[in-house]
Amino acid sequence: MKFPRPKRKIVTEAAQSLTFTRRAMVVGGLQVGIGALLAGRMAWISVVQHEKYSMLAESNRVNLTLIPPRRGWIIDRNGRPLANNRTDFRVDLIPQRMTDADGTVRHLAELLSLPPDEVDRIRDELDKSAGFRPVQVADKLTYDQYAAVSVRLPDLPGVAPSQGFSRYYPAGASVGHLLGYVGSASAKDYEERRDPLLITPGFKVGKDGLEKSFDQRLTGKPGAKRVEVTARGKIVQELTTRSDTPGNTIQLTIDAGLQDYAGRRLATQSGSVVVIDCHNGDVLAMASMPSFDPNSFSDGISHLEWEMLSKDDHVPLRNKTLQGLYPPGSTVKPMVALALLEGGFSPEDTVNCAGALRVGNTLFHCHSRRGHGGVNMKRAIAQSCDIYFYVMAQRLGMDRIAAMARRVGMGQKFPLPFPSQSYGTVPDPDWKLKKYGKEWQIYDTVNATIGQGYMLINPLQMAVMASRLATGRELMPNFILGERHPDAQPIPGVSDAHLATIRDAMNAVVNGGGTGGAARSSIPGVMIAGKTGTAQVRRITMAERAGGVRGNAGLPFKLRDHALFQGFAPFDNPRYAVACIIEHGGHLNRNEDAPMIASDTLSYLFDPKKAMEKLETLEKGWGGPPAERQARQMAAFRLAKAIEKGEVVPQPASNAADNGADNAAEPTRPAPPPPAPEDTGDVPPPPGSNAAAP
Amino acid sequence: MSIIPQPLTQFPWRVLALLAAIAGFGTIVLYSAAGGSITPWAINQSVRFCVFVVMALVLSRIPIELFARFAFPAYGGLLAALVLVELIGGVAGGSQRWINLGFMQLQPSEFMKPVIVLAVARFYARLPVGEIRGWNAIWPALVLIGAPWALVLVQPDLGTATMIAAGGVTVMFLAGLPLRIFIGSGLTLAAVVPIAFSFLHDYQQKRVLIFLDPESDPLGAGYHISQSKIAIGSGGIFGKGFLKGTQSHLDYLPEGHTDFVFATMAEEWGLVGGVLLIGAFLLLFRWGIRVSLRAPDKFTRLVAAGLTTTIFFYVAINLMMVMGLAPVVGIPLPFMSYGGSSMLTVMLCVGIIMAIDREARRRSRSIGNWS
Repeated sequence: MKFPRPKRKIVTEAAQSLTFTRRAMVVGGLQVGIGALLAGRMAWISVVQHEKYSMLAESNRVNLTLIPPRRGWIIDRNGRPLANNRTDFRVDLIPQRMTDADGTVRHLAELLSLPPDEVDRIRDELDKSAGFRPVQVADKLTYDQYAAVSVRLPDLPGVAPSQGFSRYYPAGASVGHLLGYVGSASAKDYEERRDPLLITPGFKVGKDGLEKSFDQRLTGKPGAKRVEVTARGKIVQELTTRSDTPGNTIQLTIDAGLQDYAGRRLATQSGSVVVIDCHNGDVLAMASMPSFDPNSFSDGISHLEWEMLSKDDHVPLRNKTLQGLYPPGSTVKPMVALALLEGGFSPEDTVNCAGALRVGNTLFHCHSRRGHGGVNMKRAIAQSCDIYFYVMAQRLGMDRIAAMARRVGMGQKFPLPFPSQSYGTVPDPDWKLKKYGKEWQIYDTVNATIGQGYMLINPLQMAVMASRLATGRELMPNFILGERHPDAQPIPGVSDAHLATIRDAMNAVVNGGGTGGAARSSIPGVMIAGKTGTAQVRRITMAERAGGVRGNAGLPFKLRDHALFQGFAPFDNPRYAVACIIEHGGHLNRNEDAPMIASDTLSYLFDPKKAMEKLETLEKGWGGPPAERQARQMAAFRLAKAIEKGEVVPQPASNAADNGADNAAEPTRPAPPPPAPEDTGDVPPPPGSNAAAP
Repeated sequence: MSIIPQPLTQFPWRVLALLAAIAGFGTIVLYSAAGGSITPWAINQSVRFCVFVVMALVLSRIPIELFARFAFPAYGGLLAALVLVELIGGVAGGSQRWINLGFMQLQPSEFMKPVIVLAVARFYARLPVGEIRGWNAIWPALVLIGAPWALVLVQPDLGTATMIAAGGVTVMFLAGLPLRIFIGSGLTLAAVVPIAFSFLHDYQQKRVLIFLDPESDPLGAGYHISQSKIAIGSGGIFGKGFLKGTQSHLDYLPEGHTDFVFATMAEEWGLVGGVLLIGAFLLLFRWGIRVSLRAPDKFTRLVAAGLTTTIFFYVAINLMMVMGLAPVVGIPLPFMSYGGSSMLTVMLCVGIIMAIDREARRRSRSIGNWS
């Protein structure tokens, strides 16, 4: 087009018409040009970039859903399952597909006989649920219930019965603290690992105990399901499915039968039993009772059950075997005797026990008020004479006793597959100066030699001590069967002659008219050797002593003495070592006292049938096996709650803390050591956090 | 003389067949977009098309002088309606684009698209020939265009405002205004755009920015363009097949039956379907331009070419938007997008062009009779 020259140009009708024609052609040309441009652009997108956009369309269309992997089993040394997976039948509701929500829920409640509070929960969640997120109606259904819902599906739009796997612990409460439990991953877990598996419904992670420590080995590889979904997340059809790879099996050194026996044998007491194989340090049983049922924890524990457990003064939520710290009491005496022998004292050195000994300006008493008369080492251990050890320990000095204590495992932190352990204290002058800035006093030595004062031990350490006294070797506790360990070395400074003396004395405790007669073995040919202990948890004042020490039966539970026993069998060729601590047991009941519990537990290893018969007879007197008793306790608690409902505001959290603090408190000590930092860590999270996780 | 009766030969068969083909294709796409169902969109759209075809044929019988006479009154009425809409919107709070007449909702900005062409054409038709290079040829047209443009822009409806301005300016160009004016103002516009940008609403600015880089916000405001490109790109050359589009059927493509109907079509019919559709529209524009070239006078020439360009702007802006070459401004694709008002406007344009076509044939015949 020519550039018009405005000034000269004379515009006529004909010229204007020509201009129009030219310009209309330009407009038409532009239209064709833009049309071609658009076609070219479209070709660019749909031909050149076709692959890129095809992939994007496909990733829009196809949604990958993870199938949670089945968790690896935990089996005992004989291959019996301690934790496995149970086929789980469950029913969910998909809100968007429901036509008559009210009627469907009513129908389901009838079919599955759901309790009214569950129906309320379902209605609640249905109101809150948006889109296609399913609402759980019920899980752990029987096959019959599952089938009953499945056949009625045509009448129940939006109801989705399904089959999955849930963790199952056949032994229930007796493995609670050993294995821990599983639960939905917390928001924190997800923030740390960013693994989409963690937020997959139905996926559980180990929350405590071995389940937590071996979580990675137990977790398998997830399967995947490709489904076609709409933009709003509605599933149109399933495309392909890849099945999951289950996690690895873990074989423990635990003997399932023994573990269960030990848990049941602890009766109604708050206590713990640990059994160690003297050949290699394998832990055969590690029971802490009462306990929670890991099955109910793994499906999300109810508020009520949590409240009951945390209010119980027998602290079922604490793993006493690793986190319970107790003054070892007289159970340290064989160890002190070993130190004396190492220090060159003769076992025949005699001390006269008159029932009390003045140290400085304090009068220290023997448990026998009349005194034992002249005692040598064997008699001092057998009769648990305090005066002998008061005197001899002062001659030897605390440093050498503390050194021996550490060599037999006291105060030692073992490399264990548990998230937390408290490892107690072996006090010595350096430790006290560092900790409290005060000089070590004679009375500190006197206190320590009878396992009081600053000295603290956990039940596992006590079992290790028993096994080391039995074998003279530095055995290490061990939970994984077949794991390679360096051979245990002999304890330095301990000769076979020393060991023979100690074993002989410990045999006398049980079989020679000593304090542990209750632990006498019922198995012919198997002699149990051991040492009893009593740990005071309160100071006995001069005034009280003058008026007569109050018996344990008259004291409130929290002030009663702890009862302890450590030992091994057979005494002449030790095969198994045992430790038992009964919290606030107070030696009130011979059947439920530490020596007999330890002895019966050992007897199970030699004659399970006979041991079981005795236990079943005893259990009748206690009101049946633990599960039965716990169910009864739960029912009573529920009833009590129902009665007081609306009048009392329950505060489960503060109660749990109280229990923990009480347990660690030691009124006899001038300044009790602070509770172990793990104390709060071992308490499982409140039920709210479990239920809230999707 | 042909043996076929004159009214039949005069009847615009060819253009009607073209329109029916495009609209029929649109109906098929709407049938697929509804998941293989003639309800709710396909049936409505085809009935509407039939009604509007009849309306266009009636329009084509109206003497062309009537359009010329009513160009300014119609323009004035619509301008008043636009002001009224603005007032009602101000009272009701928020933006409102229509007046409720009781039996229907009138959207004056929609009708302004063809009427601005008529008004500006009318102005230039009445302008003495010698004035065309003077200042008097420019400012009245600018006022005619500027007033509705500003009113629609503040609604705010950037897409319609752009179309009104483009339609009016096209007529100015066709009327023979000096070319330097267009080149000069084009350059000025390029300089002014960044300043104008700062006056846009936040959401409009955002749309423009996201248009420039849709992947920056694929789940937010860029979602439309991203999903549309995915639909077109994944269709490939021959498409995924009828009723097999995943983007539209699984609801990933938003507005898949209205503004983004082209993406729905391209996913299932591929590049082939797209090129055929663009070709069909080009045939329609070719018919419009050819009508304007044989039109008997200045007014009809300008109107025929101007209205053709208006339809062209619908198509071009919509396709550019769908393919990620323009921001999302809400301009539907004629005959394809589901919706009544845009089809009414486009059929008005077609009807008027047909009337001009008829007039041109009548005059050329009478001239032929003379000679």
